[in-house]
Amino acid sequence: MDINTLRILATIASFAVFVGIVVWAWKRRKTDDFKEAANLPFTHD
Amino acid sequence: MQVSTSQSNTYNDTVIRQFSIMAVVWGVVGMLVGVIIASQLVWPELNLGLPWTSFGRLRPLHTNAVIFAFGGCTLFATSYFIVQRTCHTSLFMPKLASFTFWGWQAVIVAAAISLPLGFTQGKEYAELEWPIDVLIALVWVSYAVVFFGTIGMRRVKHIYVANWFLGAFIIAVALLHIVNSAAMPASFMKSYSAYAGVQDAMVQWWYGHNAVGFFLTAGFLGMMYYFVPKQADRPVYSYSLSIVHFWALIFTYMWAGPHHLHYTALPDWTQSLGMAFSLILLAPSWGGMINGMMTLSGAWHKLRTDPILRFLIVSLSFYGMSTFEGPMMAIKTVNALSHYTDWTVGHVHSGALGWVGLVSMGSLYYMVPRLFGQKQMHSVQAIEIHFWLATIGIVLYIAALWISGVMEGLMWRAINADGTLTYTFVESVKAKTPYYMIRALGGLLYLSGMTIMLWNVIKTAQNGKAAVATIPPVAAHA
Repeated sequence: MDINTLRILATIASFAVFVGIVVWAWKRRKTDDFKEAANLPFTHD
Repeated sequence: MQVSTSQSNTYNDTVIRQFSIMAVVWGVVGMLVGVIIASQLVWPELNLGLPWTSFGRLRPLHTNAVIFAFGGCTLFATSYFIVQRTCHTSLFMPKLASFTFWGWQAVIVAAAISLPLGFTQGKEYAELEWPIDVLIALVWVSYAVVFFGTIGMRRVKHIYVANWFLGAFIIAVALLHIVNSAAMPASFMKSYSAYAGVQDAMVQWWYGHNAVGFFLTAGFLGMMYYFVPKQADRPVYSYSLSIVHFWALIFTYMWAGPHHLHYTALPDWTQSLGMAFSLILLAPSWGGMINGMMTLSGAWHKLRTDPILRFLIVSLSFYGMSTFEGPMMAIKTVNALSHYTDWTVGHVHSGALGWVGLVSMGSLYYMVPRLFGQKQMHSVQAIEIHFWLATIGIVLYIAALWISGVMEGLMWRAINADGTLTYTFVESVKAKTPYYMIRALGGLLYLSGMTIMLWNVIKTAQNGKAAVATIPPVAAHA
């Protein structure tokens, strides 16, 4: 395989992963998990 | 998650106290050297005619002192503070944490001696010679062990977003430092880079730009995600946005370095790639800024009375401003005007004094009273004065260098009808004198604010004594 094909694939894969992260983070925005995590700085005092 | 047997029920704050005090001390030292060299640019005689106090040797001393001594100590202090309190556990291997303190101070002292003596690798922000580089690598790996070990011992389910930023900063800086410092030692305190020609330049600016991106941005964003919510007393505006912010920064920052090498021997496609990624960077930067600022929504009135919160929020304004300016300057046609001029220096300082400096000061003002068992700093009035001295100083500094930079760039490119240069180089230097005076004044104001902070911190430490903070029991949040 041409090295450039590999580079293109790596770029596309990275972009797909990033889009996946965005979708995942957005879907979970109202969950208790995120609320719990966001409140971590306030649990120690 | 696992509970270590050595775990006590109090946080390990001794090393944080040490790093916090030294951050302020080195801040004063580094900024003082900055004011000295800014004055040398107006009155060159101030170099005293000695090699050790010449601009070329003091300038790397200034940058190393403010970035790695002031910024570095602040990062160590805040990261140890945040990771313990958001993981509900004491530091992993406290003796190793203590080594990071003494090792880092040794690096700073070695830099303060070797740079004026003229030992340098000649790489910007990576000047220190190879024996010091080895010590930095040792301290940094120890830092990573302490930090990630503490996260590994956490007694809560989640890893708070601030720790993601701090963790990325630690890993990226290890990678950058080790790759860029690769060199062949020729003798004690003399070495040659492992890379040659344009590859060497590209490795250097891959390092240089990511030192900005990870040392001076990701680490301080970690501070922002902890201290802004704490001081505003409300959780971060959007946790989802903070996750997207983190990954967007990680995926893009590493590619922006070539914008430091526009119109050089670097291949054109690499320059364009660097420019494109620099433009993309605007999105995560502003996402993070908005997330920090919106944390205050519904509590804006606190800004009127709370100078610490003001430090934190104004730092975010400067972050937004300089991360808009940066991508703009990375556009090749803009860069053709701005590169090698004072505009670049002004841009760096709006990020360094405005963002990094103010967020550090705000975070230290939050931590110091708590570390010494006090309700607040010795003098809240002095925080207020510090805030205004710093802010006015920054505005004078960056406005002066905007004008002088653009003027200088225009003078350099002006040509007569017959194709000869309109101005000689020395004419452009002469024209900058008044702006250099204003810049030195801005720096002096910023330094005086920092000196007041040192007094305030010493007083606060003297009034109180080392406080012992208890870790909350596991049941409280299970």
